Order: sequence, then C-alpha cells, then structure tokens
Amino acid sequence: MQSAPNALYRIKRAFRFLSQVGEFKLLRLSSLWIPVCASLVFPGCAAKERRADLVILNGAEPESLDPAIVTGQPEMRIALALFEGLARFDPRTGQAAPGLAQNWEKSADGRTYTFHLRTNALWSTKDPITAEDVVYSWGRLLKPSTAAGYAGQLYYIKNGEAFNNGKIKDASQLGLRALDARTLLVELNSPTPFFIELCASPALAVVPRQAIEQHGDRWLRSPALPVSGAYQLEAWRIHDKIRLRKNPLYWDGAQTQNEVVDFLPVESANLAMNLYRTHQADIIWDKGLIPTELMDVLSADPDCHVFDYLGTYFFRFNVRRKPLDDVRVRKAFALSVDKNRIVEKITKGGEQAAHHFTPNGVANYKPPQALGFDPNEARRLLAEAGYPGGKGFPSFQYLLNAKKLNEQIAIELQEMWRKELGITIELRQMEWKVYLATQNEMDYDLSASSWIGDYNDPNTFLEIFLGHNGNNRTGWNSERYDQLLRDGNMQVDPRQREKLLQEAETLLVRNEIPIVPLWFYKGITFFNDSQIEGIYFNLVDEHPVNAIRKKK
Amino acid sequence: MYFLKRLILMVPLLLLISILAFVLVRVAPGGPFDRERKPASPEIERNLKAKYHLDEPGWKQYLRYLSGLVQGDFGPSLKYRNHSVNDIIRQGLPVSLTLGMLAFCFAQGVGIPLGFYTAARRGQWGDFVGSFVAILFICIPGFVVGPLLIMAFAIHWRLFPAALWETPWHAILPTVALGLYFAGKIARLMREGMLGTMHEGFITTARAKGLSESAILLKHVFRLAILPVVSYSGPLLADLLTGSFVVENIFQIPGIGVFLVNSSLNRDYTMVVGLVLVYAALLLIMNLLVDAGYSLLDPRVQYE
Repeated sequence: MQSAPNALYRIKRAFRFLSQVGEFKLLRLSSLWIPVCASLVFPGCAAKERRADLVILNGAEPESLDPAIVTGQPEMRIALALFEGLARFDPRTGQAAPGLAQNWEKSADGRTYTFHLRTNALWSTKDPITAEDVVYSWGRLLKPSTAAGYAGQLYYIKNGEAFNNGKIKDASQLGLRALDARTLLVELNSPTPFFIELCASPALAVVPRQAIEQHGDRWLRSPALPVSGAYQLEAWRIHDKIRLRKNPLYWDGAQTQNEVVDFLPVESANLAMNLYRTHQADIIWDKGLIPTELMDVLSADPDCHVFDYLGTYFFRFNVRRKPLDDVRVRKAFALSVDKNRIVEKITKGGEQAAHHFTPNGVANYKPPQALGFDPNEARRLLAEAGYPGGKGFPSFQYLLNAKKLNEQIAIELQEMWRKELGITIELRQMEWKVYLATQNEMDYDLSASSWIGDYNDPNTFLEIFLGHNGNNRTGWNSERYDQLLRDGNMQVDPRQREKLLQEAETLLVRNEIPIVPLWFYKGITFFNDSQIEGIYFNLVDEHPVNAIRKKK
Repeated sequence: MYFLKRLILMVPLLLLISILAFVLVRVAPGGPFDRERKPASPEIERNLKAKYHLDEPGWKQYLRYLSGLVQGDFGPSLKYRNHSVNDIIRQGLPVSLTLGMLAFCFAQGVGIPLGFYTAARRGQWGDFVGSFVAILFICIPGFVVGPLLIMAFAIHWRLFPAALWETPWHAILPTVALGLYFAGKIARLMREGMLGTMHEGFITTARAKGLSESAILLKHVFRLAILPVVSYSGPLLADLLTGSFVVENIFQIPGIGVFLVNSSLNRDYTMVVGLVLVYAALLLIMNLLVDAGYSLLDPRVQYE
C-alpha cells in the first residue's frame, strides 16, 4: 500500500522536474538548430568528388604553376607534370632524357646544340608543338617584364643575360633560332656540361603562347588550358587541392599510369601523418611533412624511404665584420664544430656530416675535403688572432630562422664554441621574411643557411659564392675563386673542369672559409611499396608523376 | 535613421582601416619578393617590383589600390601570383562562412541549454557538473581539442575523416573543435545572466502571481538573461565567420582564416589589406545587427 503512491509521486516529481527546467522545450529549441545547420552544410560541401587514383601530400600551396615563375619544389613538381621541356627527368636516375626533343647534336666545342623535336609532340589542343614555341617560351623566361626568378638558367645562351637585364631589347639577338618547325638551334656562351639538365627543368619548359597572351597573369586559370606535359589541370582550388587529369595527347601518354592525380597542399607534419595513416593520401613526399622529433620511430616504418639528395646545411660568416674578417678566427670556429655530433644527436634522419660544400655523388665532380674537427688547432689559431681562450672576443650573434631544427643546431653550436673556444654567442631568432631581409642586408655575424641544388652539377652550389652573386651574402669576394669558376666552366674536357672547380671549392671550405658546411640533407618519402610503384630515389629528388603507378 | 547613420559612418571607418593596414604591413621588415634564392641578377627583382608598382611612392600605390577598391578589385596576390585576392576570397570565404556558422550554431545550441540548466539547478550536482564542463570547454584551447578529437574519432575509432573538406562528415570534427570554447563561454554568460535576472523584482511578481517555475524561467528570465549572450554573439559571429587559423590548419580546411595569418607572414601586401577589410566590414555589420537585436529583445533599449 505504501509503495504505490510513492512510485507515483516519484514519477510525478520527475516529470515536474523536467518540465520545470524546461528541458523538453529547450531541447526543442536547440533542435531547431539542426535543420539550420544541415541546410548550411550541404551547399557548403559540394557533392563528393571521386577519390583520385593517386593522392599526394605535396607541401606548401604552390605560389604559381607558371613554369617561368615557380621556385619551390612542390610547385615545380606540378608544373613539370603540366609542361615539358626539350628534355625530361628519367624517373630512375633523375638525369635528363629526351622529352619534347627526340634527340640533339652538340658541336665539337660544346657551344652549339641542334635539337630535333618529336613529330608526335602535340599540345593538348591538338596543335603541334613547334620550335617556334620553344623560342617563345625561352624568350618569355628572359623577357624583363616576366620577372622570372629563374631567368638565370638561360644566361648560358648567347645574349641571355644582356636581354634579361634590358641591355639588348631585340629578342632575335638571343642565341636561339627555329631552323624549321621541328629544328631548334641554340648557341651558348661557353660549353655548359649541364645544359641538357637545364632543358629538363621547369623554367625551360614549353608554354602555350596564345593562352598567355590572351589571359595575362591568370593564364593558368583559363579554361581549356593547353598543356605540353603528361597531365592537364582539371581543378585548382587554393589551399584545397590541385587535380590533374591525364593528357591523352601527350607524346608518351601510353605510359602515363594514373588517370587522375590529386596534390594536397599540406604544410603541417601532423596533418600529413593523419591523412596518410587514415588512407586519405598515398604519398608524402615533402621532407617538411615528416615530424623530425618522431624520426626515431618513423624511420623504423617500412613505408619510410630515406635517400640522399643535393642539399647542404651550412652557416655563413659575415666576413666584413670584425673579428670575422680574420681568416684565423673563421678557421677557429670551423675547427671547433663537431659535425658528427649534430647529425647523430639532432637531425637523426641518417644525414651525413658535410666535409665539403658540394654534396656527395654530384655528377662530373668529386668534392675536396674541408677542415675537420680539431679543437686544439682551433684554440691555437684563436690565440694567434689575439683572443687566447676567447678572452676579449666581442659579443656577437648567430642569426637563424625560428624553426625547431635550426634552434636545436644553434644551441649545439653555441655549446661547442663555449666549450672549445671560450666564446659565448647569442642566438637571434627571426621570422622567415625578416631573417631573409637581415641576411641580405648583411646585418649579422653568423647565419644559419641551407642550399638545395637546382640541377645535378657542382656549379649550382659553387656559383652562389661568386663575388657578384645575389646569394653570396657573406661579403666574401675572391677574384681568384671567380676566375677559377669561370675558367672551369670554359673547359670542354670534364677532367680539366673538375680540377679547376675542386681548386675553387678548396678556397671556399679550407683556405678562406666564408662558410662552414655542417651536414647534407636526406630526402624522406612515405609510401607503401606494395601499393605504389615507380618512385625511384635519385639525387635531384625528381619523381615524374606520370611514372608513378598505384596498384589497384 | 540611427542605423542609416551608422551604415554611412562605416565608409570612412573602413577607409581609415585600409590606410592603417596598407601602411603597417609595409613598415614590417622584409618584402613579398624576398626569398632564400635570389634571382640571377638584381635587375629581375627590380622588374618584379615594377610589375606590381611597388617601386612607386607609397601614396601613389595607395591611390592606385583605392581606385581598384572602388571597383571591387582587391588587386593581385603578391604571393599566389596566378590568383587575384578576389579569387582567393571568393574561394575561401564561403568555406569559412559555413564552418563559422556551424560552429556558431553548435556553440549556441550547446551553450544556451547548458547555461540554462546549470542556472536552474544552481547549487546542486547538476550545476557543479555542468559548470565544470563549461569551464573545461573554455580552458582547453582549439589546438589541443582538434588533435584530441582527431586522435579519438578519426584515428582510433575511424568514425570521421581526419581532415579535408569534402562531405558533411568532414565538417563535424572542425565544428566541434571550433565551437567548444565558445559553447563554454556562452554557457557561463547564460548562467550568470539567468542568476542575475532571477533576483529582479518582476520575477518575484511573477512568482507571486503563481506562475509555474518553468514558465517563469522560460518566458520571463530567459528573455532578459539572453542579452549578454546576444551582445557577445555579434563579434563572436564576425570572428567565426572569417575563419580560424588554428582549426583551418589542423583540419586542412580551405578557408580564409589561414590566409589572414599567413599573408602577413608572407608580406603579401594586397592580400593583407583585402582580408583586413573583409574582416572589419563583417565585424562592423555584426555589431550593427547586435544593436538592432537589442532593441527587439529589450524594450528598455531605444535608439534615437
């Protein structure tokens, strides 16, 4: 008897509580949001696109896909899938192989090339690709109004530099001539052993004249864009994706492995790993997308592929500043750096300590030895320069771009110099653009730096320390170095050239030391061997997209 | 009349903002075309600057910019050189608007009931738990919530995609990551508003009339207690609609929030000014809407 009203009372109370709080009504109120939300989501997210046959995490959003404008590796890779030059990279070796040109002849003095274009080289609009198209494309790269960052890659052709600098106005004076629709004659200033390699680079790719003249700077976003490469640009949504579709008219189209390829512009390492692990992407091929702090774990993963490539991490001296103008001081700094410690403790990706500036394995060249690790000699030289035990050494700074790896290396260097030389340096971290401006204005003492080769030849490394080169930024200007490099590049005999370049590099890393190389970069690529074929490791880190195959 | 005046006032305000943004971004060291790899000759850099008129005196550049602006043209992006700023805003803004609107609805939908509940159950377990949850929402920043959500729901349980912006499924985790903080904030505001209002005289009158507790809370307290939430919602909405750098980055969402931050790091002058103007215009309009909303909700508020 007692329990029945009690239960009823409880139910009543519970109901009253609910209505009291008004939760029912409120639930209804908040459920009003659901249709509102839903109506917003669906137009916002367009109907789902089919997943591409191959999805690549490509690093930063391309600044441009115009072959004359691109400067970064992520955008160059896409530009090369769209536009091809006279040569193209072999997927296995990374060396230049015939592209739009079927073959070519080199004159005995190495200064004249005659290229023969393929008869089946067509634009995606079915028009033939002619020697005139090449003349236009190269002339456009050099034209001052294009303001192409890589115009320097054509300074090797006759009058290239003068035309680019506006000293010659007439493009017909360039060492470029279309002999007929399929034959191109190129005259160079000097025998340039890496000229064919340059012909495979994006800057020298063949671009569609009509689209460019019609649409100006936005030509890449024009509808039905004519392309000369293996892929057409189907969609380019900034910060979202770039979708390429096979160009059936590409001369080697039968070998193109995937119909649709997506490039996702991802810049965060964690995000890249998340997408890869959840199978939303097939390949990660930007080194910046691998979290270095997880290298210990990741390098054990069978999907992780590490390989050598042409890149050097080093630091610059500002040789105009006292006491760094004294070569003994610079040598002391160089001799007290234990490079092995840096690659073992910090970079951890299997990088090699750099005992010269030009990386190992570069074509046509064996680099000379730089100064090693010799703290006793370092202290002796520092004392000789007037700073025994680091006494009286002025306070000075090490400039770096604020990134974790740079900071870790800077701290390690700081400790080495404090321990070996008794010199304390301050670290000066800067945001990227400020760092560049500061280095460029020579407002630094020491500066963390790196350099990635543009093509497989020592020249792409050594030329940056020519006195007039804008990338020098050390204040070091050696007439002898400039002369050696100039003479070397005039040689037809590769052995003679190698000797002269070696002599030049010896000045750089042994005798005069405006820079100290620390370690050579490794490339890291993530993909599953059992699913992806056609990625081969080569020094230039070139992996033509049309050669990559995903097994179904 | 009052609102018309405010609308007209927006024009000089936006002009002033454009001048400030235009000058400040140019004062920062480094320029849009500085990069590690210098072109082969200084001539190339000069050509580049000339192409984008960066070699002209500042006032002339501004006038040039202004004349474009009047025609609705924000100019070319200096970083993404095949796109104009208009292209980028046209692509990114709808995405940011969608995500922002979703997060806004989520924040309101979770925050208001939570605040209401905790106030109704003040001093009891429901209040303690609810308030604790609200504070938790506020304390954990988006860059922690996002990865945690991904770890749990995308990697471990595989319920949702880890990132990207394709289907409605893709929108759920970012909405929660973006909205959670604001849900907590709104819950707190709502609770305080409710508690403050409950002691008002007219509530005592309502009680004396014998109205049920739920009628009092819903009809009388709620209407007044929501005002702090409304005034908070205006700037909040403007903030959410222009995208979030953190959440867009974590989930790889193609909105404009990422550009708002990166463009200034890249010294992409035209983009910075363009995005600042869009943001400012949204903020001003939202504030105006909030003020309009006030006069509807609170009969004591009137505008001359």
